Amino acid sequence: MNAAAAPMPAAAGGSFGAGFAWAFSRDLTLSLRHPGEALLVVAFFVLVATLFPLGVGADPQLLARIGPGVIWVCALLAAFLSLPGLFAGDYADGTLEQMTLSPHPMPGWVAGKIAAHWVASGLPLTVLSPLLGLQYGLDAQTLGTLVLALLLGTPTLSLLGAACSALALGARGSGVLLALLALPLFVPVLIFGAGAAEAQAASLSPTPHLSLLGAGLILATMGLPFAACTAIRIALD
Amino acid sequence: MNFYYFSSPSTFYRLAGKLAPWFFALALVSGIAGMYSGFVVAPTDAQQGEVYRVIFIHVPAAWMSMFTYFVMACYGAVSLTFNTRLAAMMARALAPTGAMFTFVALWTGAFWGRPTWGAYWVWDARLTSELVLLFLYIGFMALANSFEDARRGDRAAALLALIGLVNLPIIYFSVQWWNTLHQGSSVSFKGTSMHVAMLWAMLLMMFSFWMYAIGVALVRCRTIILERERRTQWVRSLT
Repeated sequence: MNAAAAPMPAAAGGSFGAGFAWAFSRDLTLSLRHPGEALLVVAFFVLVATLFPLGVGADPQLLARIGPGVIWVCALLAAFLSLPGLFAGDYADGTLEQMTLSPHPMPGWVAGKIAAHWVASGLPLTVLSPLLGLQYGLDAQTLGTLVLALLLGTPTLSLLGAACSALALGARGSGVLLALLALPLFVPVLIFGAGAAEAQAASLSPTPHLSLLGAGLILATMGLPFAACTAIRIALD
Repeated sequence: MNFYYFSSPSTFYRLAGKLAPWFFALALVSGIAGMYSGFVVAPTDAQQGEVYRVIFIHVPAAWMSMFTYFVMACYGAVSLTFNTRLAAMMARALAPTGAMFTFVALWTGAFWGRPTWGAYWVWDARLTSELVLLFLYIGFMALANSFEDARRGDRAAALLALIGLVNLPIIYFSVQWWNTLHQGSSVSFKGTSMHVAMLWAMLLMMFSFWMYAIGVALVRCRTIILERERRTQWVRSLT
């Protein structure tokens, strides 16, 4: 990928914020100029969610029951599908190596890349999820909880996935390997995310699940960019 | 004596070769004693009948599955921070044993669950998190072996082991945090709610599994050392 956005400012002293902003705008510009990739992920998300009613039968009660879980699983798979693009392209053409030489601290621009990845993949899924929820016959409150849970959960997926895709850089059969690494780590997010909407649907309070998702997001934000940095350093050694 | 003397693969190779039979012997003796007291001495459980005897395999295997992961992650941390080769080899050597114990814990749990809960498998927090642990082990082994450069695989897998460490407290405390079907712990440092013969059988089996894990990890580490160092002088002079 040639640098679509402005080249990295060659200031002597880098900073976390400047690195974050630079990588964020660069990756976002790149994904806006190639909207196909992000749209493919969204199309996959909608397609898989459409397959379930065809597979399990169109009974409205059953669909309302499994709806939140199915939408979460679809979001999980879609988030996973977009992971290889996060670092692999930049790794293949050497851009990643050049970035590590930049004056900005590494966690800054890595966090920026992860944030851009979320805006390009997690956010569209979150925005689209009420539409799918309507197909499954979820009521308004459950839809609201579903969106809130996805809003809290999908960034965690991007963060976890970023660390895993950085680990799998340059590995043999990295696609299947990435599934093996990332999907088990996604499990807690899936449990609490789907649990929030299900609790709402059962007229229970979804706040415990949402709080746990939020706590998970905070922990992931604190730790995983650094883990991803370490993984990139290992890959570039 | 210099402690770091054995951190070199060539010296550790000899040490491991000398130690491994002792660990296997301890595992065998305590295993026989544990089986005997578990299946013959220990009384029948008042509520669960004879079925409960599976715990003499199940509980030690489940403990070892978590403990082995912890030790593996510690070796991973050592190998990442000090860039040592032997620690990474030990981490690799432990992974298959840990995966085996995890599988045994899940398998024996299923056999215990069928007569007791009426189902081989329930989607309960402890079972699910133990299953995730199995996938973490498999992911560790897959990642470690998917690079041309073995050292690269060592480092990546070590980092993965450290990330996956988050799962351990979830497994351990799952029976307290969630209202699960899986029963709580019967053994703690404060005392036990078990018959003393049962406790002894379990502790003996625990010791046996532990010794087996050490012994088999040492043997596996020896083969990894031979594989890695096959081009060195000292390995060639072995034959």
